[in-house]
Amino acid sequence: MRESQHAPKRTPLNLARIRSRLEGATGPRYWRGLEELTETDEFLSYMQREFPEQADSWDDPESRRQFLKLMAASLALAGVSGCAFQPQEKIVPYVKAPEELVQGKPLFFATSMSLAGDCIGLLVESQEGRPIKIEGNGLHPASPASLAAEVVDQVNQAARADATPINASVGSTDLFCQAELLSLYDPDRSQTVLRNGRPKTWEEFQVAMVEQYQQLKAKGGGDGLRLLTRTITSPTLRSQIQGLLDEFPDARWIQYEPVNRDHARDGAIRAFGEDRHAIPHVERADRLLTLDADFLAYGPGHLVQARGYADRRNPDHPDGMSRHYAVECNLTLTGSNADHRLPLAASRIKDFALMLAKELGITGLPEPSDSLPEEASRWIGPLARDLRGHPGASLVLVGDGQPPVVHALAHAMNEALGNFGKTIEWIEPVAPSDNQGEGLRELVDDLNAGAVDLLVMLEVNPVYDAPADLNFREALLDAEGTLRVHLGLTLDETGELCQWHVPQAHFLEAWGDGRAFDGTVSLVQPLIAPLFGGRSSIEVVAAIRGDRNPDGRALVEAYWRDELGGGDASDSEGGGDTDAFSRTWRQCLHDGMIADTASQRVEVSIADPTKLATAEDFEPVEGSLELVLAPDPTVFDGRFANNAWLQECPKPITKLTWDNALMVPASMVEEASGGPLAGSQSGDVVGLTLGNLTLDVPIFVMPGHAEGAVTLHLGYGRTRAGRVGNGTGFNAYSLRSSAFPWIVPGVSINRTPQKYELASTQLQGALDGRDLYREATLEQYEARPDFAHLNQHFSARHGETTDSLYPEYDYSADRGDGWNGHPGYAWGMTVDLNRCVGCASCVVACQAENNIPVVGKREVIRGRVMHWMEVDRYFAIETPAGQEPDLANPKIAYQPRFCMHCEKAPCEPVCPVGATVHDHEGLNNMVYNRCVGTRYCSNNCPYKVRKFNFLNYPEIQLKQSELGSGFSPLVLLNNTDVSVRSRGIMEKCTYCVQRIYEGKIQSEIEGRRVRDGEIVTACQAACPTQALVFGDLNDESAQVTRLKKSPRNYGMLAEDLNTRPRTTYLARVTNPNPEIATA
Amino acid sequence: MASENDLTGRAGVEEMPIIGPGHTFATVSDKLTAVVLLDRIRKSWVLGLAISFAFVMLFLMSVTVLFLKGTGIWGLNVPVMWGFAIVNFVWWIGIGHAGTLISAILLLLRQEWRTSINRFAEAMTLFAVACAGMFPILHLGRPWVFYWLMPYPNTMALWPQFRSPLVFDVFAVSTYATVSLLFWYVGLLPDLANLRDRAKNKFAQLIYGAMSMGWRGSARHWARYQTSYLLLAGLATPLVVSVHTIVSYDFAVSVVPGWHTTVFPPYFVAGAIFSGFAMVLTLAIPLRAVYNLKDFITDRHLDNMAKVMLATGLIVAYGYLMEDFIAWYGENEYEFFMMLGPGRPFGPYWAYYWSLIACNIVIPQLLWFRFARRNVYVLWVISIVVNVGMWLERFVIVITSTSQDFVPANWQEYTPTFWDWSLYLGTIGVFFCLLFLFIRVLPAIAISEMQELAYEVDHRKSLGNDGHGTSDSSHA
Repeated sequence: MRESQHAPKRTPLNLARIRSRLEGATGPRYWRGLEELTETDEFLSYMQREFPEQADSWDDPESRRQFLKLMAASLALAGVSGCAFQPQEKIVPYVKAPEELVQGKPLFFATSMSLAGDCIGLLVESQEGRPIKIEGNGLHPASPASLAAEVVDQVNQAARADATPINASVGSTDLFCQAELLSLYDPDRSQTVLRNGRPKTWEEFQVAMVEQYQQLKAKGGGDGLRLLTRTITSPTLRSQIQGLLDEFPDARWIQYEPVNRDHARDGAIRAFGEDRHAIPHVERADRLLTLDADFLAYGPGHLVQARGYADRRNPDHPDGMSRHYAVECNLTLTGSNADHRLPLAASRIKDFALMLAKELGITGLPEPSDSLPEEASRWIGPLARDLRGHPGASLVLVGDGQPPVVHALAHAMNEALGNFGKTIEWIEPVAPSDNQGEGLRELVDDLNAGAVDLLVMLEVNPVYDAPADLNFREALLDAEGTLRVHLGLTLDETGELCQWHVPQAHFLEAWGDGRAFDGTVSLVQPLIAPLFGGRSSIEVVAAIRGDRNPDGRALVEAYWRDELGGGDASDSEGGGDTDAFSRTWRQCLHDGMIADTASQRVEVSIADPTKLATAEDFEPVEGSLELVLAPDPTVFDGRFANNAWLQECPKPITKLTWDNALMVPASMVEEASGGPLAGSQSGDVVGLTLGNLTLDVPIFVMPGHAEGAVTLHLGYGRTRAGRVGNGTGFNAYSLRSSAFPWIVPGVSINRTPQKYELASTQLQGALDGRDLYREATLEQYEARPDFAHLNQHFSARHGETTDSLYPEYDYSADRGDGWNGHPGYAWGMTVDLNRCVGCASCVVACQAENNIPVVGKREVIRGRVMHWMEVDRYFAIETPAGQEPDLANPKIAYQPRFCMHCEKAPCEPVCPVGATVHDHEGLNNMVYNRCVGTRYCSNNCPYKVRKFNFLNYPEIQLKQSELGSGFSPLVLLNNTDVSVRSRGIMEKCTYCVQRIYEGKIQSEIEGRRVRDGEIVTACQAACPTQALVFGDLNDESAQVTRLKKSPRNYGMLAEDLNTRPRTTYLARVTNPNPEIATA
Repeated sequence: MASENDLTGRAGVEEMPIIGPGHTFATVSDKLTAVVLLDRIRKSWVLGLAISFAFVMLFLMSVTVLFLKGTGIWGLNVPVMWGFAIVNFVWWIGIGHAGTLISAILLLLRQEWRTSINRFAEAMTLFAVACAGMFPILHLGRPWVFYWLMPYPNTMALWPQFRSPLVFDVFAVSTYATVSLLFWYVGLLPDLANLRDRAKNKFAQLIYGAMSMGWRGSARHWARYQTSYLLLAGLATPLVVSVHTIVSYDFAVSVVPGWHTTVFPPYFVAGAIFSGFAMVLTLAIPLRAVYNLKDFITDRHLDNMAKVMLATGLIVAYGYLMEDFIAWYGENEYEFFMMLGPGRPFGPYWAYYWSLIACNIVIPQLLWFRFARRNVYVLWVISIVVNVGMWLERFVIVITSTSQDFVPANWQEYTPTFWDWSLYLGTIGVFFCLLFLFIRVLPAIAISEMQELAYEVDHRKSLGNDGHGTSDSSHA
C-alpha cells in the first residue's frame, strides 16, 4: 500500500521538446498559450506533477519521527514539568468587572513588534484578558490602514467622536505579525530560569548577575563583557546598553541579525561616506527597478512600500500605472509581480547594475569583467531610456543580499535620475550598527582567545544562525572561562549551551519600545502577564546593571519621562493624569507610538563617483555554480520555526509547507543539460557541497530561477526549536560563510539516490487554459476596459441576472420588525488581482481569526490543509511574436481563493441535512452543529473552498501541544467569537460572520444601518495592499459596490456555472514595455 | 414468451432444459433439502466460511478504527471528498439489483427459467444491499447522527433537506432493502415449512417451525401466498429501476464535470443489472458444481444470464459513448477535459479508465459467441471481469471527476489507504460469510417453485401442448 496505486510514470522532463512546440506559436499568448503547451506529455507531467510522490497511506500520527519528537519533548519537559503553567479555572463571572471590561466585548490595545530592525505597530484584540487576534495599527507609519482613506474618513465623520469604530484605525500586517499570537501561546517556550539545565529562580539569577557585575567592576573597564543582541531599535534598551557601556568602557556590544543590512550599510558608506537609511516612496515611482530586492515580503517599511506599490498598480491611477522591472536570481514575491522580470544569477546582478549605470551616464566606473547574457544586455538600452524618461519619478531598489557595490551603484543611479528627495529620501539609521558580520567574527575571535568573561546573549541564537565558518558552537563550548547568559523565548540551540538561561517574555507580555522604519517611536505594552514568567531584554540588562527586580514598565516610562520631559517620576506612582507627561504618555500608549518622532530627512549626495565601484568588485569568482541564500518567506531566519501557522502557511511561490528545498532552475534538470541533475525531479535529494561541507537537501525545480545559481532559504533544519520546528527542512546556515553571507560561490551538486517527501499545497502549476484568471496589458485594457468579459457566451456582470423559473430573492427588502426597520444587507467582496501581491498574510490572519487548526505535514501531503483562504499561484508562459518562448521565465499569477458565497450556491441543495444554507443577506452559512459530514457540498463546490475535519484536528493539536501537566496553552488561543470545529464537520470561509454580527449589533443599538468600512474581515484587515474589499452591495456608495461596477470585475466560473459568486475578482492589468519584447 | 416455455419448440432450446430430466416432487425436495439438512459439513464450506469470517474480523477492525478516528484514516482529501466508501456503496447496490430483477421482473414477465436461481439471487441481493447500506453511514463524518437524514419529529426542529439526492437515497435504499427482504422471506415460507417437516433435529424443527409461521400448505395458504408474492413482485419491480436511478442522482444532480450527465439514470440501472447478473454467475457457477445442482441451475440458465449481461453491457457501453459524445458536442471545456482530455482517458487515472473500457465493453463482447456462453470457465472469468469492470467504473466516476474539476490549483489525486481497502475487503467478507451461512441453513434453490416447475415440465410434455398452460397460470 505504500506504493501509490496510480503513481504517474516518471517521464523525464524534455524542455527542449516543449520549446520546439512553442516555436511555431505566434502573437502574444497569455493563459491560452499554456493549453497548447500542455498537450505534450512531458510538460503536462512536469506541470501537473511537480511532486509525484503520494501520501503514505497508513494513518500513523505516531510515526517514528513523531515518536522521537514526543520523546524529545517529554525529556525536555521532564525537568521543568513542576514549573508548568497551570490554568486558572474560574467558572464564576466577574462579580466586580475590571475597569473597561465588558464580557463578550473585545478590548484593543496598541503595541508594536520588531523583526530584524523593522518595527510594525499593532492593535491587539483582547478577550477577557487574553490576546486573541493581532491587527495592524492604522495610525502607525509602518502599518498602512486597511481601509481606503475615503472610507476611513466617512466612518470617522459619521461616528460619534467618542466612539470611533476600531476598524477605522486597523492597519495591515504581514504574516509574521499575525502568527506572533501563536508564538505567545507556544507550549514549547522556555518556562523557567535555568542554571546548567537545572531550574533556578529569577532571584538567583539576579544575585548571580550582581556578583558578575561586581567582579567586572573590580577588574576595571569591563574588558571581558560582551553583549550580543539582535538589531535593536528600542530607544530604552539602547540607552540602557549605552549606560552599561559607559560603566564598562571596554565592554563590547555586538548586534547580529542573520538577515542584516550589512551590505546596504557598506553601500551607503561607499556612496555617501556614512550610513544612511533609505525611505523609498514606491507610490511616487512611475518606473521601478528592483535588483534582487524583495521589498514586498520583508524589510523595514515593507508594508508601506507594498501599499505604495499596489496603489500605483492601479491602471486608473491619476498619475498612471507604474511599470516594474525586476532583475533577480530566485523567483521572489516582488519579481513575480513585475511587468518585466529578468532572471540573472545573483552574482551577475552587479554587472547588470554596472552596465545600466554606465548607460545612465554615470562616469568613473570600472569596466565589467565579463559580458552579460544576451537577454540582459538587450534590457539595458530600453530600460535606461524608460528610467531616464521619468526623471524624479523612477526608483531603483536593491536587495540586502546584493554586495555593497550594487547598493552604491543604485544610489548613484537614483541620484542621476533625480530621484533623491522625490522617490527616495534619507534618514539617519534607525538602529545604527557596525558591520554585524564583522562584529560577530570579532566576538568569536575573542571567545577563542579566552578574552570573554561574561557573554550575555539577548534574544539571539548564534549557535544556530551564525555563519558556519565561525564555528560559533565550538567557540562557545571551548571558552571555558566564559559565563554564558542567554535570554530566549525557547531553550534553543544557544540557550542549551549556556550556563544561565532566562525565559524571555514575548512582546505581548512585556513593556518596551522600538522605532519604525522612518524612526517613529513605537511603544510595546503587554496584553497579558507573562505566561511562563518571562523577562524582557530591558529587564535583563537592568538586572545585569545591578537593578533589583527591575520593572519593564517603570524602566520604559522613566526613559520616556526623561526624553519627553514634563513631570516627576514620583507623580506617576498614583497612576493619575497628574502631570503633563502622564497625559501625554496615556495618549502615546493609546496610539501605540509617540507622535512626531519620525527621523528628520537628511540630504545626501555621492561623495566621489570613482569610489562607488572598483575593478576588484567585478573580478569573476571561482566556480560555475553559486548558492544564493535568502530569508524564508514564512519562517524568516529560523526564529519562527516553531510556529505551526507559519510552517503550514504555503510559501508564496513554491507552495511548500513544513520544509525548505534547494530551488534549482528548470534548465538544470533538463535531460539535455547533461549536468549532474539531468532528469531529476522535485524531491530528489542532492548533495550540495562547498569545500569540505556537504548538505543533503531535496531540490525543488523552480521555474524562473536564474541559471548558474541555486537558492536555499534560511531558517530550517533547527534542532532545538521545539516540537513543531525540530527536524523540519534543511539548515542553510551550515553552508553560509562570513565572507559570503548571501551569495556563496563555488558550490557543487551531486545526485544521491534518496528522495524526500515535500508537502506542497498546490500540485498543479498551470491554469490549463481556463479563464479563472483574467489579465490584459495596459494597452489592451485602455482599448477594451471590459476585456475580462470578452468571448463569454453570456454576461455575468455585476447586477445582471439570468432568466429563472424561481423568483429572485430581494436582498434589499425591508424585513420589518426585528430588522430594525432598515433595508437588508447584501454582503460581498472584491479581490483586486492588480493589488494582490501574493504575500499570504491573509492566510495567516484568517487562520488566527477563525480558529483554523494546523494539520501537520503528513496531512498537507494528503491534501487536507484547512486554510479557508488560499492564495493560488499559477505559472504561465508568454510567447511574443518572433521570440523564442522563455520557459525559464514564466509569468506568475496569484489568486486568493475562498468561499465565493454564491447566490446560486451549488453546495446548498445537495446537503441532506440543511447544514449549509443561504441567509437573507446572501451569506452562504455553514451550520456546524447540523453537519453530519456527507461532504457532498464540497464535491459540488466548483471552487473547492470547503475544508473538512477528516480527523479531530483541534483535539490532535491540543494533545500534541500538551505540557507536562496535561494542559495545552493553545486552549487560550482560540477566538471566543468562533466555534472550534470537531471531527467530521465541514467548514469554510464565513466572511467573518462574527465580525458582521458585531457590526450589525452595534448599528442596531444605534438605530442605523451599518456604515461602509465598519465591518472589516480578517483577511481584509491584514492585507497590506487593500486587495480585498468587503461591504454591503445594497449600499450604492460602498467601496465594494463601486469596485463591482468596474469593467474589470468578473466572477470565477460565473459564466460557466451561473453561480453568481458574491466574491468577485478585478482582472489584472500589466504594463509591459513594448521595447522589451520578452517578459 | 410462450415459445420460450415450449421446450420442444426449437432445437437450441431443447438442448438446454431448465430442469434436469426425471425430476419429480420427491426428488426435487430430497435433493434440495438434503443440502441443508443431510449434507455433512464439508471441509470446503468450513474453509470458505473461515476465510470470509477472517475478512469479517478485518471489517470489524476497520470500522472500529474508523469510528475512533474519523474518515481521515482513508485517502480522502479536499477535492476528492468521496472515495472508496461511495465507490463500494454504488458497486454493492448495483450487485443487489440482479436478485430482485430476477425474482420480480422475470416473474412478471413469466420467465420460468428464473425459478432455480431466484432464491439465491435474492439472498445475494439482500446481502449486497446490507453491505451497500453500511457505507453511506460509515462514510459520514459523524456517523453517530446518521438518523438526521430521516424525517422524524424532534426537538431540534431538524428536517431533512429534501432537495438533496442523498435524502432520496435514504428512502430508495431502505425501501428497496425492506421490499427485497419481504419478497425473499415470503418466497421462503413453503420451503421453511418443508424443512421443518423434514428436519430430524429438534432444534432445527423449532427454528424452522417458528420461521415458517405456521405454514400448512393448505389451498388457502397457497392462494394467499401466490397473491402476496405477485403483489410484492409488482412492488419490487419499480424499485429495481428507482434505486439505481436515485443513486445516479447523487452524481447527476451535481455540477461536477463527469458527474453532471443526464444519461446517468438509465445507464446506472443497466450497469446495476449488468453487474448483478455478473455476480449471480460468479456465485452460481461454483455453487452448482460444489453441490451438484446442475440439474437445477442448468446450462440454459447460464446462457440466459449471459445474454442479459450482454444486453445490459451494451446499454452501458452506449452510456459511455453518449457521455463522450455530449462532452465533444457540448463544447464545455471542463467536460471535454474530463471525458476526452487529460481528465479520464489521458490523465493520472488512465489505467483505471482503459481497464474499465476493456472489462465492461471489450471483453463482454465474447458473449456474442455461443461457446463463451456455454463454457462455464470462460463464462465465470467473464463474470468476474465484469464485476471488476463495474467496480472500476464507479471508481473512475467518483474519483477522477472530483480530482480534477474546475480550479487547477486544488487538483489532488486520491490514493486509497489500508483502511479503504480493509473496509472494502471486509464487506466482501461479510457478503460471503452471510452467503456461506445461507447456503447451509436455507434452501438456496426454491424447492416449492422447483417442484411446480418439475410438475409443469412433466405435465406439459405429457400433454404435448405448446405451453399455453404455463406455470404462471397457477399463480393467477
